[in-house]
Amino acid sequence: MLTILFDGIAYGMLLFILAVGLSVTMGLMNFINLAHGAFAMVGGYITVLLMQRLGLPFLLALPAAFLGAALLGALLERTLYRPLYHRPHLDQVLFSIGLVFMAIAGVDYFIGSSQQILQLPAWLKGRTELGSGAWQLGMGHYRLFIIAVCLVLTLVLQLILSRTRFGSRLRASVDDQRVAAGLGINVNRVFLTTFAVGSGLAGLGGALGAEVLGLDPNFPLKFMVYFLIVVAVGGTSSISGPLLAALLLGIADVAGKYYIPKLGAFIVYTLMIVILVWRPQGLFVRQGGK
Amino acid sequence: MPASSSLLASSRVRVWEWLLWPLLLLSPLIFPGQALIINEIAIVALFALSLDLILGYTGIVSLGHAAFFGLGGYAAGLLAKHLTGDPLTGLVVGTVVSALAGAVMSLTILRGNDLTRLMVTLGFALILYELANKLDWLTGGADGLQGVTMAPLLGRFEFDLYGRTAALYSLSVLMLSFLLLRRVVHSPYGATLMAIRDNRLRAQSIGIPVARHLASVYTLAAALAGTAGVLMTQTTGFASLDLFDIHRSADVLLMLVIGGTGWLYGGIFGAVVFKVLQDVLSGITPQYWTFWLGLFLVVLVLVGRERLVSPLSWWRTSGGGR
Repeated sequence: MLTILFDGIAYGMLLFILAVGLSVTMGLMNFINLAHGAFAMVGGYITVLLMQRLGLPFLLALPAAFLGAALLGALLERTLYRPLYHRPHLDQVLFSIGLVFMAIAGVDYFIGSSQQILQLPAWLKGRTELGSGAWQLGMGHYRLFIIAVCLVLTLVLQLILSRTRFGSRLRASVDDQRVAAGLGINVNRVFLTTFAVGSGLAGLGGALGAEVLGLDPNFPLKFMVYFLIVVAVGGTSSISGPLLAALLLGIADVAGKYYIPKLGAFIVYTLMIVILVWRPQGLFVRQGGK
Repeated sequence: MPASSSLLASSRVRVWEWLLWPLLLLSPLIFPGQALIINEIAIVALFALSLDLILGYTGIVSLGHAAFFGLGGYAAGLLAKHLTGDPLTGLVVGTVVSALAGAVMSLTILRGNDLTRLMVTLGFALILYELANKLDWLTGGADGLQGVTMAPLLGRFEFDLYGRTAALYSLSVLMLSFLLLRRVVHSPYGATLMAIRDNRLRAQSIGIPVARHLASVYTLAAALAGTAGVLMTQTTGFASLDLFDIHRSADVLLMLVIGGTGWLYGGIFGAVVFKVLQDVLSGITPQYWTFWLGLFLVVLVLVGRERLVSPLSWWRTSGGGR
């Protein structure tokens, strides 16, 4: 049972890293970006290809995935996304779904539609077991690694948001764009940086998750729903909301698939609808605000 | 001109419409070789019409409209397999089942913002997909529901292999639904729907019962989507998971956007253009046609949806969009 909880936490942390960029950009620009998963996929493929073709070690491939996805994100933000910020939501949905379709077909064309396999280094392959019986806790080393990396990233993000000048600019822009711009904050640059970092984090998440979630061209479509659940349930105004939502989702999903495999993802979707009908703005929203 | 007649002028049946509909109804007889694709176009056109009612006229963004399509389809398939093969009974039953589901789900779209609605509708479609996948004793799971045999339509017209009966059947249902929707959107009720779309708060404050209207229009749209699903199952003799697929919801959204939202013919024209485009493109590149679909969507949005529908504005320099 503890093992399931542990796996659920690892899965949830992974989902958080994947979705946190989406949550910030959505809160910041009110842009429904269904193509977020495409950046994660790009990160995953960068890692796999670097390791397979160039033989780069896993730890070097991870930052490469982050950088690659971040660069792509910055490029697309500057060229394609920016004109669409003030358009109706329907336009944004159509546009980003179009991007997803292109990404899927493009990857399929260049790399092929088969599942990609990530070769983990030997020191991440083991498994440690503690205790016995119903309370046995089996920890895969790789999942432990994921939790550690994601925890560090979360702490760093929280520090950046709450302690640095950029963080306060970002929070000001989220709260009220116009006033922030009036105070001399270059909102466009804040947007650009945030979008790039968010895409980079998605890329990193995709690289980390390639082994756990699987990586094939349909990745963006398959996990789009999960990212959106995290954002919709967690709200877009803080980091802790999406974090808790991601953990909840991860644990519910793993436990559901383990105990009632017949129902599969059914539980997660039902839970989401119930939560959204109960609290349409998300579970953890700040009082007041917009 | 008195006010009443100038208001009525916008809803009058135009001359070209008198020509268009007989032509559409006769098209399976004129092009007997294309009857199958005409049938498919008629079905997705009906599906797009039902989406237009909630998206174009009422402003509810839905990414899971296929839920009702699939529900109607499976209901009709199961009925034909286990009880009766009569197409019209199936049509009524499938429509009623979808309408009931729509009435229940309409409770979930009353609150929240666009994102919440998007997620809830999408979630519902995914739940039904999972259900149809896992309840394999009932639905056949991933293999689909096989062995759906239909009795002749009205006891006289057999569904043949070339799809002529099927196309005529679907086109007739499409026309009847179109007439119904035309009546609905030009009624005072339709006008209040558009008021809700344009400004919900203001609509509420002039005394429009917003929640009730949203619920009723969502139910109606769900019922029509179910009708389209029924036609799909009945004319192909097969119901599969594909009916619930997210691709289907996205495709119908795209059709509607190509044809133009908030305009009843938008769904029909969009369906024609989309299906022909799909036929041609997937003939050239069967595996990668979604790439061109995606590219088309991106360009469409960047250029501006409104400008695609009215070619006159292409040469006008504007700030782009709204």
